[in-house]
Order: sequence, then structure tokens, then C-alpha cells
Amino acid sequence: MDAGPQENGAPTPVVRVEDLAKTYSMGSIDVHALRGVSFDIAKGEMVAIMGHSGSGKSTLLNLLGCLDAPTAGSYFLDGELVGDLSDDALAAIRNRKIGFVFQSFNLLARMSALEQVEMPLLYARDRQRRQRAEEALAVVGLDDRMHHKPSELSGGQQQRVAIARALVGNPSMVLADEPTGNLDTATANEIMELLALLNEERGITTLIVTHEADVAARTQRVIRMVDGAIAGDDRTAPAEHGS
Amino acid sequence: MSLADGVRLALRALAANKLRTSLTVLGMVIGVAAVIALMSLGAGAQASIEANIRGTGSNLLFISPGVQTQGGGRFVDVSATSPTLTFEDAAAIRDAAIPGIVDIAPTRNTNASLVAGGNAFSTQIIGATPSYAEVRTFQPQAGRFISDDDLDRRTRVIALGQTIATELFPGQNPIGATVRLNNQTFTVIAVMEESGQATFQSRDNQALVPLTTLQTRISPSRTLAGDDIVSEISVTLADEDEATIEAVTNEVSALLRLRHDVTEDDFTIRTQQDIIEALGEVTGTLTLFLGAIAGISLLVGGIGIMNIMLVSVTERTREIGIRKAIGARRRDILGQFLIEAVLVSLGGGIAGAVIGGLLATFMGGVSFGGRSLEGTLTPEPVILALAVSVAIGLVFGIYPANRAARLRPIEALRYE
Repeated sequence: MDAGPQENGAPTPVVRVEDLAKTYSMGSIDVHALRGVSFDIAKGEMVAIMGHSGSGKSTLLNLLGCLDAPTAGSYFLDGELVGDLSDDALAAIRNRKIGFVFQSFNLLARMSALEQVEMPLLYARDRQRRQRAEEALAVVGLDDRMHHKPSELSGGQQQRVAIARALVGNPSMVLADEPTGNLDTATANEIMELLALLNEERGITTLIVTHEADVAARTQRVIRMVDGAIAGDDRTAPAEHGS
Repeated sequence: MSLADGVRLALRALAANKLRTSLTVLGMVIGVAAVIALMSLGAGAQASIEANIRGTGSNLLFISPGVQTQGGGRFVDVSATSPTLTFEDAAAIRDAAIPGIVDIAPTRNTNASLVAGGNAFSTQIIGATPSYAEVRTFQPQAGRFISDDDLDRRTRVIALGQTIATELFPGQNPIGATVRLNNQTFTVIAVMEESGQATFQSRDNQALVPLTTLQTRISPSRTLAGDDIVSEISVTLADEDEATIEAVTNEVSALLRLRHDVTEDDFTIRTQQDIIEALGEVTGTLTLFLGAIAGISLLVGGIGIMNIMLVSVTERTREIGIRKAIGARRRDILGQFLIEAVLVSLGGGIAGAVIGGLLATFMGGVSFGGRSLEGTLTPEPVILALAVSVAIGLVFGIYPANRAARLRPIEALRYE
């Protein structure tokens, strides 16, 4: 569409979506959750996807996260077509290329922070998982809380563990679904600062689904969804990079 | 995910719910222990019966009246309906001096009550000849055995088995004392040595009288020709060779056919091996039957595992969703839950094998109905029980595990 994807000089966008559509059939009625959306996300971008509930943003997130398959259209992740793949092939893509951050943290109650962060590497059969998990926890500033369980951590700390878990496999992008939705304002700011910092310093491509304008304001680009279609795609952060 | 990681993960999950895990394991423990204990007792019973039959004298042939059903090895006692074997037959076999035969002992059995003082004992009375003690290797512990003189004069003398002696004469020396049998007075001449159980009837519960005394004074029984009927003729052979057994069997058969004037045998000749095999089939079936009953509790244990695994899958739906979202494949989830199920069943299996083995050992000393049980712990039921418990873990674990593996990540993540 525009020259966006080429701004870093990288020819391949991390995400390329063409006419992506998703229809659920609820009995005899077809619900068009996504009505053919197209956009690219370049490497290193930090993008917010905004919209009211029912706007199709969660459906889009599920498709981008390879948790669900589209009804029509195509989705290229790192230049590779994510088509009609088996459950296991999708699981492998999620494991290697996508890091999830959820609104409700989604940590496992009986595991220490370190073990939570090691988990993606367990499924990747990574032999150095302890060391890499420790590094990831250090990045999010939790090197002194590695052996604490979620119940011994504050909400903000739990979300940091989740971010470390998303980062540890060195994914192509981080998908965050309302990452600040369960946090108070101050903590929410801290988490957004962390995500922004990781994006700036490490060039991690980040997609944040949110309905909070404050959150969207910290990103460089906002995609607005209405009724399963894109209603707006604005670059809002001209800060250093310029337009 | 590697197997070691899977086992570590499963152990943690099981440790997180200790009470629930131990109760599920207990179900398996009971099943496996029951199988091993019962099968060991069955094997022990079989071994002791066999040992006792052998103890009554090896290289024996038994001639009994009537024909037994062939195959299946079932005993059908037809001696009552076709009394074809007589004391005269026994004498003829002896007189024929068939090579290979060392000695013979005809017997006839009846049931009667023995009374001494205030005590009574209802039991089997065996009419025997002096050769019985040698042929059946059953000697008096005290006193003397039936003599030729007793046989000739049909004396009222009786030799008591150990159990009868202590029942009728507690704390006394019964030799020389009298017992009443069919309102006649018999003098006790011997207390027999302890023998344990032979076949299903303990010889310690038997009393022996001269065969002629039984024929004339206790329970007269003659054929139409007026010959005295016997229940069985035991034959001692010189050796246990197949050839000897076959030669003697043929000679005796020919002689008896001639005497009875029949073309088809109206008697049966069995070796001890035949009896052991026939009884082995009975006890083997019994052992299998006991094992099958115990197996039901194993099945119940398996159902318990399946039940708890289903609950666990439901409870951990969200965990499964998280794991899938971060890259767990179906086989990772399947493996995780299957390993849990197998660990529970195998743990139960090992504990059950230990407890079952102990049970079999301790129950060995316990006496049931005057008969002491004996457990023979062989490796087979232990290996079998462990293999079966792994199999149960797999069979009953696969459905819940598969259910977990097939959960769709979006729905699982949304599960509260």
C-alpha cells in the first residue's frame, strides 16, 4: 500500500495480511467477524490495534497469533504463508515466531518465574533454557524474583514475567492482548514503558490490542477496527524516525 | 519435550494434589496386591498339593473300578455304581508276579463315626492290608501297623491319623485305648505319622482298619459272585520308567480283562503323574479364577485413574491453553497427561506388588479350615502385575490425555 514496509530497508514485512476474513457460523447465521482486511507490519514497528468489543480485533489477534485459521485471504508471517496448516505446525510457528502477552497474565500457578519463562524453550527443546530464561528475566528487571511463584508477585511483576516468557524464544513479534487491562494506572504505565523500551532498544516488533487511548498513544501506529474492517491506519509517533 | 522433562512435569503435577494422587494410587495398589496375593496363594496350593501327592510315594499306579471320562481330566467316581474291582483281583495281580511290580495294596473306604469317651469324630475309614504302610509310605508314629494276623482273624483294631488321635484322646496316649465304631469296640494299635494333605483329603483325618474287618464287620459289600469289593488297588513299581509303567499297565489290564471277562476296560489305571496333572488343571483353573476376581479390582483402579485424569484435564484447561499458545504440540500435551496416568498406575503397581508379596508370605502361615495356606511368590505374577498396571495407565489415560491434546487453544485460554 504505502512505503511503510520499506522504511527500515527490510524488504520483507514481518506481517503481511491480504483480504483476511473470518466467518463464524452460529447455527444458521454466519457472523462475519473479519471482512477482508489488508495491511503490512514492518520489522521493528510498534502498532496498536484499537476497536470496541465486537469490532473484530480479537479475531484478528487470534489469526495473527496463529491460534485460529482464516476463512479467506492470506497471512504471511516473516514472508512465509501461514495457510491451512496442522495444529502441530501452527504450534511450532507460535513457539518460534510469536510471543504472547495476555491481559490476565496467564501464568501457571505452581511454577516459579524462571520455570514460566523456560516453558517455551522446553517445547523448543532448547538445552540452554535456564541461562536464556535468566537473561530474559533480567531484561524485564526481575533478576531478583526468579524463584517466586505468581502468588508471590505483584500484578506488574507477573506481567513482566509474561513479557519475559514472550521474549525468551526470540520471536518475530510480540502480540499483547490488553496487556494493561488488569493493572492500575501507575503499573500500566510501567508496563507500557517496558514494552516501548524493548521495542526501541531491541527492535522487537510489537502488536498491542487495546481499547485504551493512553496505551495506543505510546505506539507509532494505530489501526482502528470497526465492524470487522479497518476504519483507520494512522502513524502517530513521528518522534525520532520522522515520517 | 523430552521424556525426562515430561516425567519431571508429571511428578510436579501429581505432587500438587497429594491427597488425590494417593487415593488414586491406592486404588491401583489394592488391585495389584489382590492379584499377586491370590495368585501366589493359588500357586502355593498347587505346589503343596503336588508335593503331598508325591509324598504318598512316587512310582505308584492306582487301579480303580469303572471308567473315567477321558480328556478334561475330570474325576468321575463310578466305584459306587459299577463295583468291578475285588479283593480277589488284587490277589490275582499279586499272584501273577508281573515283572516291575514290587508290591500291591488293595483298599476300601467307607465313612463312619468314631467315639471315645465324650468325643466323636466322623471320618473316612480305610480298610487296608499290611502292605499299605509300605506302598503308600504311611507309617505308624507310635504302635504297630495292621498285621497279617489281623487280616486273617478280622480283628477289631484301628490305626488313627494324627488329627483323630488328638481329637479323640486329647492329652492322652491313645494306644491300647478303645474307640467305638458302628457300636463295636476297636482297640487302637497305632497313631500314624503326620502326613499333611494328600489330594484333597488329609490323611491325618483318616483311620485304618484291617481290610477284612471292614468287609465283614463294618460295611460288607460283595459282587453278585460273592467277591469282596475294593475301592482301589495301589501298585508300587520297581522304577518310574515310562517303559515299566507301560508294561505293567498292559499286563495288569490284560489280566483284569480276562478275569472280568470283558473286552472294554471296566477299570482305570492311573499314574501319579495323571493325578497331579488332573489336579493341576483344577487348581490352575482356581488360581486363574481368583486372579480374575482380583483383576476386577484392578479394572476399578484403572477407572479411578481415568476419572481423576478427566477431572484434572478439565481443571487444567486454562493451563493447557497457555501451553498450546506458547507452542506445545498435541503430542506434548498428550505425553504430559499420559505420563501422569502411567506414573500413577505404575506407582500403584509397584506398591501393590510389594504389599501383595508380603500378604502372600504372611498368609502362608495362616490356617483356613484346618488346612494351612502356602504362598508361593513367583516372579511371573509380579512382572505381569507391573506390565498390566502400565497398560492400565495407558489404556485409561489415553482418553483423558487425548481430550486434553485436542483442546483448541483459543477456547482453552478463555476457560475460567
